[in-house]
Amino acid sequence: MSGRVLVGVKRVIDYAVKIRVKPDNSGVVTDGVKHSMNPFCEIAVEEAVKLKEKKLIKEVVAVSCGPQQAQETIRTALAMGADRGIHVQVTGKDYETLGPLQVSKILAALAKKEDAQLIILGKQAIDDDCNQTGQMTAALLDWPQGTFASEVSMEGDKLKVVREIDGGLEMIKINTPAVVSADLRLNTPRYATLPNIMKAKKKKIANVNPADLGVDLTSRVEILRVDEPPQRQAGVKVETVDDLVGKLKDTGRI
Amino acid sequence: MANPLRGEVIRLYKNLLYLGREYPKGSAYFRERLKSAFMKNKDVTDPEQIKKLVARGDFVIKELEALYFLRKYRAMKKRYYEPEK
Repeated sequence: MSGRVLVGVKRVIDYAVKIRVKPDNSGVVTDGVKHSMNPFCEIAVEEAVKLKEKKLIKEVVAVSCGPQQAQETIRTALAMGADRGIHVQVTGKDYETLGPLQVSKILAALAKKEDAQLIILGKQAIDDDCNQTGQMTAALLDWPQGTFASEVSMEGDKLKVVREIDGGLEMIKINTPAVVSADLRLNTPRYATLPNIMKAKKKKIANVNPADLGVDLTSRVEILRVDEPPQRQAGVKVETVDDLVGKLKDTGRI
Repeated sequence: MANPLRGEVIRLYKNLLYLGREYPKGSAYFRERLKSAFMKNKDVTDPEQIKKLVARGDFVIKELEALYFLRKYRAMKKRYYEPEK
């Protein structure tokens, strides 16, 4: 197979940042907060670049949807080895309600437009934890899917995928074109070092509008409220066994 | 000062500085220590010595990349996967 791979990358709040909920509970504080590429998306990019290095595919195209800052995420993918980028411009209210359904419509449209043979995504984003985009994209394109992939290999023009499932590992063989979603143990993503970032500046990022792809961004989901998880109650120390029994009876445990 | 090696040293400093942005104890902490480590060796003139120090710097780069990867991997593993019995 000597085709083109589309890799979706998402700009999320950095995994190490302590998340704070906005005072009006409408969402999470994002202004001035460090953002970076979703860790599972990094694994997806690494897998695509590895496939290209093995000469199994010809071109890696990194795609991201969002405002101007999404370009930084695409630049990181280019520094990791992607050949070119596509920035789908989504801003303001549309960006706030952008979810897996809209992104998968965009990816499906791009896959057709770019004649992609393979789409690799991270299995889920660490900000919304949806775990839906890969599956929805495959359904929209009527392509087979290999989700939670911990190993991907090519056998002729079929794709062999080892999936991490609750019971252990499952090996499947699917036709291409296909959608693969990357799990944690698929590979070790390379770091985008400064020299690579500099080299990647020469690579092109195309700007695209969702309207040009014929995609409707209206969301069917409305976020009503965002709350912090309940605070852990402090433990209570007791002096004697009788005290313990007394406390347990009080709280209805025995 | 050996001229081609000057470029090497500056390249190394810039790369380390870039990596330091993600340092767990903060980029300011990292930059302070990076600067003092380089300043400590500023009077070295022997090209062999300089090459050794640059190689050590490259090694530190690899160590930092490994640190960042492990930290992220462990965080993801803890958050998304059941602990192994």
